Amino acid sequence: MKTDSPNYDDAIVRKFAGVTVLWAAVGMLVGVIIALQLAWWPANLGLPWTTFGRLRPLHTNAVIFAFAGNALFAGIYWSMQRLLKVRMFNDTLSAIHFWGWQFIIVLAAVTLPLGLTAGKEYAELIWPIDILIALVWVAFAVNFFGTIAVRKVSHLYVSIWFYMSMIITITMLHVTNSLALPVSALKAYSIFPGMTDALVQWWYGHNAVGFLLTTPFLGLMYYFLPRASGRPVYSYRLSIIHFWALVFLYIWAGPHHLLYSALPDWAQTLGMVFSVMLIAPSWGGMLNGLLTLRGAWDRLRTDPILKFFVVGVTFYGMSTFEGPMMSIRAVNSLSHYTDWTIGHVHSGALGWVGMVTFGMLYWLFPRAWHKKLYSEDLATAHFWLATIGIVLYVVAMWVAGVTQGLMWRDVNADGLLEYPNFVDTVTRLLPFYWIRVIGGLMYLVGVLIMAFNFIKTANGTTDANLEVANG
Amino acid sequence: MAENFHRGVLEPNARLFAVLSTVAVTIGGLVEIVPMYSSAAGPEHMDEVTPYSPLELAGRDIYIREGCYNCHSQMIRPMQAETLRYGPWTRAGEYQYDHPFQLGSRRIGPDLQRVGGKYPDAWHYDHMKDPRSTSPGSIMPPYTWLYDAKISTNDVVASVGAMTTLGVPYEASPESWVPASVEKQGKEISARLAESNRDAAPDSEIVALTAYLQRLGVDGRKAIAAGSK
Repeated sequence: MKTDSPNYDDAIVRKFAGVTVLWAAVGMLVGVIIALQLAWWPANLGLPWTTFGRLRPLHTNAVIFAFAGNALFAGIYWSMQRLLKVRMFNDTLSAIHFWGWQFIIVLAAVTLPLGLTAGKEYAELIWPIDILIALVWVAFAVNFFGTIAVRKVSHLYVSIWFYMSMIITITMLHVTNSLALPVSALKAYSIFPGMTDALVQWWYGHNAVGFLLTTPFLGLMYYFLPRASGRPVYSYRLSIIHFWALVFLYIWAGPHHLLYSALPDWAQTLGMVFSVMLIAPSWGGMLNGLLTLRGAWDRLRTDPILKFFVVGVTFYGMSTFEGPMMSIRAVNSLSHYTDWTIGHVHSGALGWVGMVTFGMLYWLFPRAWHKKLYSEDLATAHFWLATIGIVLYVVAMWVAGVTQGLMWRDVNADGLLEYPNFVDTVTRLLPFYWIRVIGGLMYLVGVLIMAFNFIKTANGTTDANLEVANG
Repeated sequence: MAENFHRGVLEPNARLFAVLSTVAVTIGGLVEIVPMYSSAAGPEHMDEVTPYSPLELAGRDIYIREGCYNCHSQMIRPMQAETLRYGPWTRAGEYQYDHPFQLGSRRIGPDLQRVGGKYPDAWHYDHMKDPRSTSPGSIMPPYTWLYDAKISTNDVVASVGAMTTLGVPYEASPESWVPASVEKQGKEISARLAESNRDAAPDSEIVALTAYLQRLGVDGRKAIAAGSK
């Protein structure tokens, strides 16, 4: 079986996989800190660069672009070489991609606490960094399409479709949404006015979720889940249908972030209708993942990798049911502006992106380093900490969100607000904010255990069989 | 047969696959965003809504720098409980000169769309220094550094110039009128604060931020009172 050619560039995979663990710990640590700030305001420390308003963008950028981004690149570089039976197109481009991306992350970690921001949620980085992102992304794209051009396999496997849709769409989103007129080296104003800026931003924001945190992770699922379980993908036909439906429908859904706003009604309705339709291709992907495990369910009891994948894919199904539901105007009128949204995004981020990444890393690390995993027990401990942590987090946010939403709209018999003092609707949430701190902390401790496990693995004994048998 | 087409034609042809993917992901954005620039389908212009004064614009930059949008929205929804709490619901034209937008997505604190004129300047002065002095139980952090830090008039001139390029109808050649405007409005606010025994330099950041907060929603109220839909 000629699957693991020595020609593959696995050094780049090891680099991306290594920093994924590092940035996971950093991004989630900042997450726990800002969760603490909401439960106990003195944790803002009274310093400009440690206040919630500046650290929250650091958390979101670190988790989305540093943790999830590097995880994707690790998985893509590993899988596409093997799927196309060829080494990456150009090692220099791979290096530019890796070091450029890490440099961008460091710049983000410096500029955001300093208050240097574009002021658009999930697109806070200032214009010089935006340009750098575009350049590094182009290097990645050239490397990606170059590898496809020199491939030794005629057919493009389903994972490659998803990766390709990410590269094309993220380019379009990032360039359009970042269009701004520089005022100085560190400041620029978005070229879009008010309501249009909001629409462009949420077209970008929702599809950053769609095309960075969803489609490429589905690509990873289609590669790593069959390998980890030893079972072929359940349905080829389903993968075709749900791929095209997903990429076509996703892009329309952004306006569901602006329901009941001053955005023209026709745009709001389009956003709502397409969001509801999205449930079909989303569940198509979830079912194709879960049914791939048919015949391997017994291994779920013992194999931590499959545990991570199953919980991850299940959370994908849960949050892609919740999302369309929250896009319905009547539900959104209650959920919008509340912690329900925060809970929703974390069931996607911690549940889907996080768990699939961990499953992939536990499979990938031993193979990329040619070492036996140091401890399966620690991996299982990580799994349970993460799972319980997510449940605490998400349930706390559901309760907090619904509680606050109901308090805001509570009107008494005289037609007056039952809670006219806004602060009363905040202090009611503090117990749930503490539960979130605990849940987030458990998730972070799990990541630290994983880091320890991987360091021990990398320093452990070589297991040459792994690469041959499982490449 | 669709399956055969996919396997036989599309999957071996990466170029065609990339082109079709691009088409698939482009349509939705075009259909939703392009009409925003048409007068028929896009947001309505509001004549009563005028550009921020230069000092207010400087305050807006501070609002953005501190990431206020992470906890405060600027968008009142057309619902009874919202209009009771915050005032008239937001019209799109109220944002027409906002670059970037600051609608926000989470209310950890209250909406600020119509906070302008709701409290005296001294309230904002006290609140930003010690939020719990005006709002017992608040979880907002204090912003003590705004009281010493100064805005730069040159930066404001550049900001107004950039906004003009983006189509905001300011008077031409900002360097000729912006410094005087900044100074005048800063002194007015500083004087009002001094009357209530609060000390703030006319060019301090807290004065600029106060100017911005006191402007929020004011034009919109006027426009709505004058009969805007």
